[in-house]
Amino acid sequence: MRTTSVADAVAKIPDGASLMIGGFMGVGTPERIVDEIVRQGKHGLTVIANDTALPGVGIGKLVSAGVLKKVIASHIGLNPETQKKMLAGELEVELVPQGTLIERIRAAGYGLGGVLTPTGVGTVVEEGKRKVEVDGREYLLEKPLFADFALIEAFLADYLGNLTYVLTARNFNPVIAMAGATVIVDAEHVVPIGMISPDHVMTPAPLVDWLVVRS
Amino acid sequence: MDAQTLIAKRIARELKDGMLVNLGIGIPTLVSNFVPPGIHIFFQSENGLIGTGPIPQEGLAQARLTDAGGRPVSAIPGACTFDSAMSFGLIRGGHVDVTVLGGLEVDANGHLANWMIPGKMVPGMGGAMDLVTGARRVVVAMQHSAKGRSKVVRRCSLPLTSARAIDLVVTELAVIGFPGGRATLLETAPGVSVADVVAATEADLVVPASVPTMTL
Repeated sequence: MRTTSVADAVAKIPDGASLMIGGFMGVGTPERIVDEIVRQGKHGLTVIANDTALPGVGIGKLVSAGVLKKVIASHIGLNPETQKKMLAGELEVELVPQGTLIERIRAAGYGLGGVLTPTGVGTVVEEGKRKVEVDGREYLLEKPLFADFALIEAFLADYLGNLTYVLTARNFNPVIAMAGATVIVDAEHVVPIGMISPDHVMTPAPLVDWLVVRS
Repeated sequence: MDAQTLIAKRIARELKDGMLVNLGIGIPTLVSNFVPPGIHIFFQSENGLIGTGPIPQEGLAQARLTDAGGRPVSAIPGACTFDSAMSFGLIRGGHVDVTVLGGLEVDANGHLANWMIPGKMVPGMGGAMDLVTGARRVVVAMQHSAKGRSKVVRRCSLPLTSARAIDLVVTELAVIGFPGGRATLLETAPGVSVADVVAATEADLVVPASVPTMTL
């Protein structure tokens, strides 16, 4: 793990990159990194996240700023701008059941060739997917989902990069930390090594590439 | 009593001590207000919480303790939090005893459509497909009709949420179950006759010889 300013961290993200971003309706989203992406005016990004929050909140800011080409999410219903841009053809949106989305990300990070899930069988979600029967039950083969970057909000990070999250801000964060090729973390507090007990580490330090410092 | 309260009160009677329960948005959220006294329910919020409590007092909201809509909630003693993979493992893995969800259409075989209206409303399925596929019992809370049209239909015209049939639908007129895969009138609301329900329902209902009135 190395430290970086938020501006330098975001400068590492090229136009057209794919980003996994933590958060559930903006809770657990690294807001400082999102703001910097908007400030630097990136283009053609793909975001993989649970939802697009609300206009003016978290990923909602990226939607409004027009820096996205594509969104892969489970829910966009609380952000009318995402729906408007999707219907106008300005933004490609792939909707994935929430449990399938997180398992596709987990599969990527855990080195699996995909997951077999019963969710979506017999619905429009199964279109174009392989069905696999196991012991008489049908499953969809859902493929792993990787990203160039994982953008994470942690509560505590120690000097090595061990992370913890709090309450409902954990959500996608520890899972995307396994599936992004480069992992950038914004932590609420940076603490000395040992302050996070080994049993309480939720993301091990070797997964973290960059920790954004507080100026 | 208004329709939503009646539906929520009736569904609350389905909850038993110690159950893990997931409530959807809308009428289902109201169910937590009517849990019978003396029983403990573990309410799951799919953003990663078991032990969801009521909206906190003014000034005590914590920005990182929220419900699935992102609104601040509290947590009851014994609450626990987890990531989204575990949250949906609980749901898909059959660990959730009951889920209560809203509905756009329920058909004669118990199929549910509740996540999109093509060309009009495309919010995304969120956790609905996993919940209907994986929860042990699926209860739908919805008004019997919308714009004068029965929402209990012969066959869903909207995209299905799951191939799995739901267990129960509760409306302001009736409780309908699906034994043997056929819509069956189990209870009528107070002051509502069997004929009223049949007349208000597009799907053909199996009507047993005796249909009790809902206990609320």
